Amino acid sequence: MSVPGFNPSPAAGFTRHPTPIGGAAPLCQNGAVQTYPSMHSQAGYGATHPHYNSAPGHYAQMPSKAPPVNNQYGMNYYHNNYQQPVQTTARPGMAPVFRAPQVHSSRPPVSSQAMGPTSNVSMSSASPLHTGPPQPGAYPASAGYYGSSMPLVAPDGTSAQGFPPHSALATVPSAANSAYPIVSYPSAPGSSQYGTLPSSQTSAAGHNLVGAGPIPSSVSTAPQAPLQQVPLGHSVTSSWPSSAAVSAPPSYSGSLPGTVAAVNSQANTVLPSAANRLDQSCQPPWMFGAVHPTAGSPAPGRLATATPTPPVSASLAQHEGADSSSTTSSASPVPSNYEALEGGSYPDTSSKLPPGPPVSQASKAAKPFGCGYPSLQPAYQQTSALSSYSTNSQSSNPSNPPGYQQDSQPYPTMNQLSAALGGLSLPAQQLEALRPVNLMQDRNILPSTEVQAPVPNLSTDLKKANCRSDSFRCTLTNIPQTQALLNKAKLPLGLLLHPFRDLTQLPVITSNTIVRCRSCRTYINPFVSFLDQRRWKCNLCYRVNDVPEEFMYNPLTRSYGEPHKRPEVQNSTVEFIASSDYMLRPPQPAVYLFVLDVSHNAVEAGYLNVLCQSLLENLDKLPGDTRTRVGFITFDSTIHFYNLQEGLSQPQMLVVSDIDDVFLPTPDSLLVNLKESKELVKDLLNALPSMFTNTRETHSALGPALQAAFKLMSSTGGRVSVFQTQLPSLGAGLLHSREDPNQRSSTKVVQHLGPATDFYKKLALDCSGQQIAVDLFLLSSQYSDLASLACVSKYSAGSIFYYPSFHHVHNPAQAETFQKDLRRYFTRKIGFEAVMRIRCTKGLSIHTFHGNFFVRSTDLLSLANVNPDSRFAVQMSIDESLTDTALVCFQAALLYTSSKGKRRIRVHTLCLPVVSQLNDVFAGADVQAITCLLANMAVDRAISSNLTDSQDAVVNAVVDSLSAYRSTTSSFQQSGVIAPYSLRLFPLYVLALLKQKALRTGTSTRLDDRVFAMCEFKCQPLQQIMRMIHPNLYRIDNLTDEGALHVNDSIVPQPPILQLSAERLTREGAFLMDCGSVLYLWVGKSCDVTFISDVLGYPNHASIQQNITQIPELETPSSERTRSFITWLQENRSFNPVLYIVKDDTSAKTNFFQLLIEDRTEAALSYYEFLLHIQQQISK
Amino acid sequence: MEAAVFILSLIDCCALIFLSVYFIITLSDLECDYINARSCCSKLNKWVVPELVGQAIATALMLVSLHWFVFLLNLPVAAWNMYRFIRVPLGNMGVFDPTEIHNRGQLKSHMKEAMIKLGFHLLCFFIYLYSMILALIND
Repeated sequence: MSVPGFNPSPAAGFTRHPTPIGGAAPLCQNGAVQTYPSMHSQAGYGATHPHYNSAPGHYAQMPSKAPPVNNQYGMNYYHNNYQQPVQTTARPGMAPVFRAPQVHSSRPPVSSQAMGPTSNVSMSSASPLHTGPPQPGAYPASAGYYGSSMPLVAPDGTSAQGFPPHSALATVPSAANSAYPIVSYPSAPGSSQYGTLPSSQTSAAGHNLVGAGPIPSSVSTAPQAPLQQVPLGHSVTSSWPSSAAVSAPPSYSGSLPGTVAAVNSQANTVLPSAANRLDQSCQPPWMFGAVHPTAGSPAPGRLATATPTPPVSASLAQHEGADSSSTTSSASPVPSNYEALEGGSYPDTSSKLPPGPPVSQASKAAKPFGCGYPSLQPAYQQTSALSSYSTNSQSSNPSNPPGYQQDSQPYPTMNQLSAALGGLSLPAQQLEALRPVNLMQDRNILPSTEVQAPVPNLSTDLKKANCRSDSFRCTLTNIPQTQALLNKAKLPLGLLLHPFRDLTQLPVITSNTIVRCRSCRTYINPFVSFLDQRRWKCNLCYRVNDVPEEFMYNPLTRSYGEPHKRPEVQNSTVEFIASSDYMLRPPQPAVYLFVLDVSHNAVEAGYLNVLCQSLLENLDKLPGDTRTRVGFITFDSTIHFYNLQEGLSQPQMLVVSDIDDVFLPTPDSLLVNLKESKELVKDLLNALPSMFTNTRETHSALGPALQAAFKLMSSTGGRVSVFQTQLPSLGAGLLHSREDPNQRSSTKVVQHLGPATDFYKKLALDCSGQQIAVDLFLLSSQYSDLASLACVSKYSAGSIFYYPSFHHVHNPAQAETFQKDLRRYFTRKIGFEAVMRIRCTKGLSIHTFHGNFFVRSTDLLSLANVNPDSRFAVQMSIDESLTDTALVCFQAALLYTSSKGKRRIRVHTLCLPVVSQLNDVFAGADVQAITCLLANMAVDRAISSNLTDSQDAVVNAVVDSLSAYRSTTSSFQQSGVIAPYSLRLFPLYVLALLKQKALRTGTSTRLDDRVFAMCEFKCQPLQQIMRMIHPNLYRIDNLTDEGALHVNDSIVPQPPILQLSAERLTREGAFLMDCGSVLYLWVGKSCDVTFISDVLGYPNHASIQQNITQIPELETPSSERTRSFITWLQENRSFNPVLYIVKDDTSAKTNFFQLLIEDRTEAALSYYEFLLHIQQQISK
Repeated sequence: MEAAVFILSLIDCCALIFLSVYFIITLSDLECDYINARSCCSKLNKWVVPELVGQAIATALMLVSLHWFVFLLNLPVAAWNMYRFIRVPLGNMGVFDPTEIHNRGQLKSHMKEAMIKLGFHLLCFFIYLYSMILALIND
């Protein structure tokens, strides 16, 4: 298949989107190809356009930044867009297979944008798309995640693969790609905003073949797009769709011809203000019209160029595909490298490229990114819906591609119309998000698939370029203009970052000069504007900078003078190979030190065996190169060092019993090169478990052992893994038991949530200063004062693992979890001596940080180690009014040393619109991100004040924000709890939050459990936290293939998510609850015997063993389905959750039923009661 | 006697003014990223107790010399210093904690506090100066 086909889809989607779980699955299977084209070109385009017309308000915002750009630039931009898609497609191969279905639907809109307004264009483009499915073969290699490091350097294959979850994904893509080039690309989300996507998904979901028929439906649904995740059922969608003018495409083609280059600038400036208000959509016709030109201008170019551009992208894609390993390489700008890398592959790709001229046209046509308008158009059309309008507009505005401008300008009446339509004119997404929901009446608000992040209301171009929501997420996707507005909304403004996430696709750039703003040091990103070829304007501080000579050359296209096409400007997530300017010292080697508790308690628990076994298995997979060093320290009441110097016949144990003044017996031979001393290390690991079996030492000198570790590591930095099984009882840092078991279920004050001593904090800061991170594994059956111990990891950027009542024999499930976690822990990627800086547009500032790190200065986080499983959060405040800007950007730049000793910078950039209306703020609220940030804030509050305060604060957050919303909808006088659709899950999530171990009172909770839950809130990725807070409940005794996903060769059923209420359970069923780190399988008493025998392998309910943690591999279809579903859930995250079988009469039942958070418990309200409580508070 | 009390207070007050200025300078260094939080906080924590003692001495002197008005003026500040010192959580490294100072606008509130204290000490300085001169003249 020819590459071009790909482009459209890829551009839009990118890999970013989270996998939609929803039923789209079927799509995936089928070669989407056929469907695709049709969707895209014809139906998709046409349909979308008409709708969008109404939308204008939305778009207006977009342009604001764009204005400065010349027409030419605009053209270029276009180009860029095109290219991007290609690139993305190429790389991502892996992309989220699951998502594919959704993507599929979503794409049409995207493609439309890219393609240009005209139907013709779309058609042409579409065909290419089809033809050019990506080359699957090439991709797999690239899939390996990040491997792409230097072009020259082979990717870190091992490390990449090491990550279980990813690998699964990666594999998938290859298979999927061929069939569904598009599918893989999440790009869809962007489009989804505009509503088109969702509809398509839903409608299409069942059917791969979208065909023309599906399209209309999609259109209609389109408004909902933002809602994708949300059940389609909503009435809202239906109303919107009416407009759907499918026919639009043809008419448009005519309009395309004259692009108004000049228009752009004007339009842009005007727009921002107008755009901001949702409501205004009606009035602005003029403005919109103006806007459109900008959007439109690109369009003409596109038409002409449309075909050509795709080829280019195609070439890129191919190229990338060709050297799978070097995905990054393709991106790498440096010419010399580039060529060398490419070798034969490149020429081929180039040959595919269309002749130069077309490209140039395209470039002219394309708007500057700021404009992003082109993309907008489609959206508008959808909204406009009115077929008549669309026609008018077409005729009137030849130049303006999309419906919008046309409508408004030529027909002043539009205003009236729009006014009459009222809300209709608003972007569908936003409208839907604002739809008031009476929570007291609508019980079924929980979507049947996992909730997806809302897509910022941006132009398609920007959406395409924007950072994926799983790396970078903001609680408000519409940023309020002023602090006053933010205060009015009563919602927290903050960012959730997951910067070092395992990525399936990442452009890596090798360049002599890394282009940054000269005043604020922002890295160049897709949201800067190019004033002309030689100058760019920083999007954070607005300084105008020069474009360095080297940047003028684009290695991807091997062309000169197109700085806007460089990979840095095409992708919002990129990685640079840093030069020596970014090093304070030569990059450190990977150094791993293991500090093991070998007191009686530890030996009794038996963790040493599991640990040593796991480490032996993974010794070769530890990320690192030939310089990797390891060391071991064990401790009880004394500290034991191990001399592993090469040449010794066996490991030598050195005991230091002076714990008050720890010294290193032989400083040089304790940390040894892993490669050289591998045999000794293996000997030691084999011997360790049996060395202390008869120990009678019950004391634990953790503090001194940590001091020793610090001394040992301070010259290099690295990772210290501490395994502790009890309360430290000797030497510095000793702790006393502070827990009163009688107070575990107290409803009053919970004490001792904070550390008892500053020893561990000081040590952590010392470690952080020497680039040492301490990871803490606490395997304890008694109270161990995690609140104090955790400090050592919290401030040194480590991770905390906690295995309560760990015992290798008595608690096999826990042992299995430990083993699985270790496997992931040993093999996951790691970055050393890292710092992360978070920059934001002038006017915004960070005022609070959450996560494991040390804040070194106002925006600089010091991360001794960075791992792919930690998430950070920051709260923002608005210091200066943002009235003069329509977009704000956030950039997180993570500078780290890879395990291969390369200094790298990973840059994520997120762009969001600014709004001036309270309504818009609510429309853009991301309820999951808000809940997650709120959880972080609640933890802080609980520690610094007390638990009751913190609970009150959380409840008040709901009450305040809902009353603020109520005040904006004055027309609503009905009783009940009214929430905007975007926040409909807010009360539910908050209730769930209050029932978490971290924040609950009145239910017996061990202090360590509570503190650990708090630590989890602080550093777990958002998806994981959401599963912890609000687990997903599935019924799995009647799984069918309907709506199933196809991953690799297996079919993964997608049962709907049920509400967490006992009323959803029946004795006749079996239910699976996914709590993030644990899976519960509850088997009802009267559960179908065939299920029990076919899936669980037991003859009847009574004979089911409770301690099994795996579903047996049986040869029945239902067993296969169940297993593939559970495996899919497990592989979907970094750390594999353990499965518990819960029967009606087991002790695990309590845990299971406590998680049914909509039900009443003895200490907490049911969901309905909670709503009543909120209602009472609001009406006060 | 009276003069001696005020001369002592004056010296004490000068020291406190210098301390306030030092706090402000160090905090603004941190704000501008010239020093890192760790060194900033260890620098400042060293002077928390001297400041507390200095303020307590001034308050005590006024009490001993029965200058009720000035005593009452000084009392809240001395009490605040005490309260702040006592209230530091166990796990923190002092009034200024490097891991917290960038959170929840603490830096700003510390800065504000230092500014207010500077103003207060300047006010006291002139009161003492005036009283001292008055006392010397009366002698």
